[in-house]
Amino acid sequence: MNKVFKDADTALKGLLFNGMTVMSGGFGLCGIPEHCIRALRDSGVKGITWIANNCGTDDFGSGILLHTRQIKKMVASYVGENKTFEKQFLSGELEVEFNPQGTLAERIRAGGSGIPAFYTKTGVGTVIADGKETKEFDGSTYIMETALRADLAIVKAWKGDKAGNLIYRKTARNFNPMMAMAGKITVVEVEQLVEIGELDSNDIHTPGIFVQRIFQGDHFEKRIEFMTTKDNPTGRNPV
Amino acid sequence: MTWSREDMCKRAARELGDGNYVNLGIGIPTMVANYIPSHVNFTLQSENGMLGMGPFPTKEQVDPDLINAGKQTITELPDSSYFDSATSFAMIRGGHIDLAILGALQVSMHGDIANWMVPGKMVKGMGGAMDLVAGVKKVVVIMEHNAKDGAAKLVKECSLPLTGKKVVNIVITELGVFDVGPSGLSLIEIAPGINVDEIKNRTEAPFDVKVS
Repeated sequence: MNKVFKDADTALKGLLFNGMTVMSGGFGLCGIPEHCIRALRDSGVKGITWIANNCGTDDFGSGILLHTRQIKKMVASYVGENKTFEKQFLSGELEVEFNPQGTLAERIRAGGSGIPAFYTKTGVGTVIADGKETKEFDGSTYIMETALRADLAIVKAWKGDKAGNLIYRKTARNFNPMMAMAGKITVVEVEQLVEIGELDSNDIHTPGIFVQRIFQGDHFEKRIEFMTTKDNPTGRNPV
Repeated sequence: MTWSREDMCKRAARELGDGNYVNLGIGIPTMVANYIPSHVNFTLQSENGMLGMGPFPTKEQVDPDLINAGKQTITELPDSSYFDSATSFAMIRGGHIDLAILGALQVSMHGDIANWMVPGKMVKGMGGAMDLVAGVKKVVVIMEHNAKDGAAKLVKECSLPLTGKKVVNIVITELGVFDVGPSGLSLIEIAPGINVDEIKNRTEAPFDVKVS
């Protein structure tokens, strides 16, 4: 079976429908599937439940889907740095479910691993625990969190082969490997798509079983949110 | 005289043990890394998926694939490793991280902490804060002793939504250092020239004085 597609539009063809749930990899703007996000915008698909750690900035990453009001609900851990989000959230237009970041990661990992729920200490005694089942283990209280799955996971990797084996680069890995596992269909964009045999099997982070479609992005912009350097440790743009 | 931010960071740095794996919160806690004595070996964890966080890069070294949890560009060290978010939080929630240093809006006498939202204001989310306070072995808070309006931040019960319950071990403010024990707060160090009465006047929570 061929997993290789020529671009985001063709890779997403036939997979999109209004009201769908989408997982999108990345932390801030690092390691986001920027080609797939643009293709989702251009598709006009609406009423999306969007599961991602963050929501991008106003004009990049998931933020561009907020702009077009294609997202109905966000499941995220942190959403600063986005005015569009703020406006839609405060007006009640956008539904938001905050998850502690580790709980979000584990819910996605569980979703892809056939584990329907798990217990964690994170959030005990906070609003996160409201309405959730609790249980004692060895004298400590834990809350039950349920798994997350998605109709579609869009993932960014550094290198991939035609069998869908993936290697991520540095901190651009973040949520991508778990999301690849938790998507009913997983579409991956890579910077370098290589022939089978070109990647060392020892180095594979995500085995191809989790990947249904793959394409090489034609241009990764890879924007940086806060450019901090030795000379400019605050990251504010010099005038 | 009250302690400066630098003094508070230096004091927080003394909480690090040799060989510790440490997670530093965004803002002032990040600065603590600059004050750790050279004989103390430590490894910084960044919850977006890195152990062994290095200093800021030169302009030439900037790599968009290499950021910290504050989304700032950073560098790697010879012993750095990268991993996914689930593994990162396995380190945090599994009790493998020795120390977390973070800021707070309120801390209660029982060690409850509120640092992620103010009702009525824009909510940005808790990020990894709830996981850190629940899972890290020792939690140190660095904060101003009082809010901008003068309100006490060391309180009997937090009025703001909690990040975690009974999780804080040490609180460092510009006035002194507090230890959070099973029976409540103890003042264990005082900034030079500050007296206990002044601290009492500016603190809502009761505390024992155990300054040696």
